[in-house]
Amino acid sequence: MEALADIPKAYTKKDFESDQLVRWCPGCGDYSILSAMTNALPQLGIPRENFVFVSGIGCAARFPYYMNTYGFHTIHGRGPAVATGVKLANPKLSVWEVQGDGDALAIGGNHFIHALRRNIDINILLFNNEIYGLTKGQYSPTSPTGLVTKSTPYGSVERPFHAAELVIGAQGTFYARTIDTNPKLMTEIFVHAAKHIGTSLVEVLQNCVIFNDDAHAGVTAKQNRDDFQLHVKHGQPLLFGKDNKKGIRLNGLKLEVVTLSENGITEKDILVHDANNEDPALHLMLARMAPPHFPMALGVIREVRAKTYDEAIAEEREKITENAKYHSVDDLLKSGETWEIK
Amino acid sequence: MVNGKKTTTELEKVVIRFAGDSGDGMQLTGSQFSFTSALWGNDLATFPDFPAEIRAPQGTVEGVSGFQVQIGKIDIYTPGDQADVLVAMNPAALKSNLQFARKGGNVIVDLDAFVDRNIEKAGFASNPLEDGTLADYNVVEAPISSLTKTALEGLQLDNKSIMRSKNMFALGMMYWLFDRSLKETEKYIDSKFKKTPALAEGNKRALNAGFHYAETIEALPSMYKIPPAIIEKGVYRHISGNTATAWGLMAAAERARKKLFLGSYPITPASDILHELSRHKNLGVITMQAEDEIAAVCSAIGASYAGQLGVTTSSGPGIALKGEAIGLAIMAEIPLVVVDVQRGGPSTGLPTKTEQADINIAVFGRNSESPAVVLAASTPANCFEFAYMAAKIAMEHMTPVILLTDGYLANGSEPWKFPKTADMPPINLEEAKKSNGVYYPYERDTEKLARGWAVPGTPGFEHRIGGLEKQEKTGNVSYDPTNHEKMVRTRAEKVERVANYIPDLEVQGNGDGKLLVVGWGGTFGGLRTAVTELQHANKKVDFVHFNYINPLPKNTKAIFEKYNKIVVCELNMGQFASLLRSKFPGMNILSYSKIQGQPFLVTELKEVFIEHLKD
Repeated sequence: MEALADIPKAYTKKDFESDQLVRWCPGCGDYSILSAMTNALPQLGIPRENFVFVSGIGCAARFPYYMNTYGFHTIHGRGPAVATGVKLANPKLSVWEVQGDGDALAIGGNHFIHALRRNIDINILLFNNEIYGLTKGQYSPTSPTGLVTKSTPYGSVERPFHAAELVIGAQGTFYARTIDTNPKLMTEIFVHAAKHIGTSLVEVLQNCVIFNDDAHAGVTAKQNRDDFQLHVKHGQPLLFGKDNKKGIRLNGLKLEVVTLSENGITEKDILVHDANNEDPALHLMLARMAPPHFPMALGVIREVRAKTYDEAIAEEREKITENAKYHSVDDLLKSGETWEIK
Repeated sequence: MVNGKKTTTELEKVVIRFAGDSGDGMQLTGSQFSFTSALWGNDLATFPDFPAEIRAPQGTVEGVSGFQVQIGKIDIYTPGDQADVLVAMNPAALKSNLQFARKGGNVIVDLDAFVDRNIEKAGFASNPLEDGTLADYNVVEAPISSLTKTALEGLQLDNKSIMRSKNMFALGMMYWLFDRSLKETEKYIDSKFKKTPALAEGNKRALNAGFHYAETIEALPSMYKIPPAIIEKGVYRHISGNTATAWGLMAAAERARKKLFLGSYPITPASDILHELSRHKNLGVITMQAEDEIAAVCSAIGASYAGQLGVTTSSGPGIALKGEAIGLAIMAEIPLVVVDVQRGGPSTGLPTKTEQADINIAVFGRNSESPAVVLAASTPANCFEFAYMAAKIAMEHMTPVILLTDGYLANGSEPWKFPKTADMPPINLEEAKKSNGVYYPYERDTEKLARGWAVPGTPGFEHRIGGLEKQEKTGNVSYDPTNHEKMVRTRAEKVERVANYIPDLEVQGNGDGKLLVVGWGGTFGGLRTAVTELQHANKKVDFVHFNYINPLPKNTKAIFEKYNKIVVCELNMGQFASLLRSKFPGMNILSYSKIQGQPFLVTELKEVFIEHLKD
């Protein structure tokens, strides 16, 4: 074992890149996510050996192989359950769990919501490309109704999930959304997610260049950036558009897009983002915004502090240990009713 | 009868069965009787037999809960075939339990419960106390309910509480019949009802009233004496299989200086292991009641990956769900203990009844070539030893280990001369090492073929593992054909080599018998008793019992070769027999099966063996 293990070195991006050949398709959005991650980790001041990347199955799930950290590529949909075990076994670890939309919201839907409900202190990255890539092009639980895929030749008849709604339904404490075409925002959000204590859910709108190209172009395309991206920041007014001329106003129980200095609208009318509000109602409304009538909200939409599962378990153990009448298995064996045969 | 004193008959062993409504407290009654008998010095074995429904409608056959105990002055290995004394608290209890009573034995009923409504509800066409149903038994009609009521008069108790004390009246009668002291149960009542003195007083009064009633009436033929057994010296306690399993796992974790992580989803009859482990968080136990069976095993795998002892506990339906994840642990080569408390199946099957039909799923139940170590406990108490061994093998050999117990072992209990943990075999972990400064995750030790356990948080050992095929040594993803074959064979060989670290089989008998009786797991008690009784009658029959199912003990073949006829007895359609036939082709391996959700009876086994000895 190396000495001075507890003192973080000044790491660089390179320190987190593994020696394995990256095998995603050329042009895949995953490359930029990987790069943003290797940029983010050196900023955290955490020893490299304390990072663990866990994944399930799918294109996204190959992520751990490309990180020079501890990594565990597990089985389809079960990443959050494995990651929960890792974190409980050693709460000092910085645990990251990488999932695609099929992995997280179809086969692993149960583990996804329960990780959030327990608020275990791990970071979940959801690469949402609205398609099954590794199995070569079937519709996913986030595919829009009508999407033509190999398994929906006449268009999907199903209604899609929105990740944010599940996060909030499961009492998630952290939800952020980013896009694979904005490395700076991704890096920022990964750092932010790492610092959040509790389950952090980062949805990355990711492009599958082969099976669902341009699925997010309505938001990510250059010509759409101004009108359809709203970068939210805690404490800042919800402004967007060229020169921040447009904003979001709460009108009754609904959000609406307004333009500054039209119809007497001033910045005072614009909703100020409060990511820390325990009440998720506005977070949900923000997260649901989508083109063509609204911009898509990007950034940290919800960030509230609640006791984590690992904290609760540690507290419980401490309390039980204080009052314990036995301190070893031998004590336990002798406890209760025993008798001696002489 | 002489001078009003009753005669006393000395017996070697006796079987008592308590039966009543689920809410009648029969389990408590049975365990109090067992505990008192253990203190008296008897050897004993118990078997609770209860319905899946928590409180099925009162008075119906479906709602009957039973508890059987055999006590003896000789070594007792089973709760007994048939009850010498059956206590039936209502007609439904009589209806469903009379089949377990020995003809000529005593049947004690609560006369007050035999009213038309209850008789009809139980499915009797007429009153069984009057229509000759019980002609073959010595029936004691005791007005237990009304006498309990009388005994508790004057106490500030509602009718419901009074009626709930009638089990103590019945217990009091048993204490008289078997010449037992009331002291221990009185002590228990005092501590249980510390906060409600009226209830304590009521229960004690009922207990004493039952005792004196039995003494007074002339319906009971005689008092029975079962002298203390000759038992090895030492300190004993009662233990059930599920508790022993929990404690064995804890002992192994403590010995290996690991935390014990349990991921589990509630399922009958395994839940008590989760309950028990949840109590001991001060000893480094972490329990997580997962969202489902798959999360349960996956969280355990995560904990093992992170360097602790990952365990998951379940029963057949849950094991079916865990298959893919167990395969992951096989591929990733990390320790994992999977406890399968077997129950009747398939599907939901008979949740509260015992069966041994999960040997196939344990040995073979995963996709592709997925060898796992399989162990089977054979008594309630030795669940401790085999849970410990399962954890030891999992950690030392870096492999999943499946421990099979069953509903009969899980809920059954027996006196246990418990060990000191220091007397258990040491656990030596395979530490991760570097070769020339480089760590290779799949570098193996040459003896066991186990890879090193490099744990996150350890600098310089960062590595990636997963469910994809590995290149040997480096652990990198590899689709190379010859590498795949090599890895499949290596994983198989690794599990086979566990045979070098487990004890040889021991034959009970002189080795020259015509017939070898083979058992595994929870049927040990019945088989051992049947074989011992035949051996005492000079029959040439020998016995081996397997606790190690995969791999088999190394001397198995050599033992089998000595016999012309081998009969494998198991509570399934012959799964272990098939496994043995495939391992040892050409041997005369026969099968004796029973699939009734009930253990073997000693009498039926003896008949089978005698039949086999004839030709």
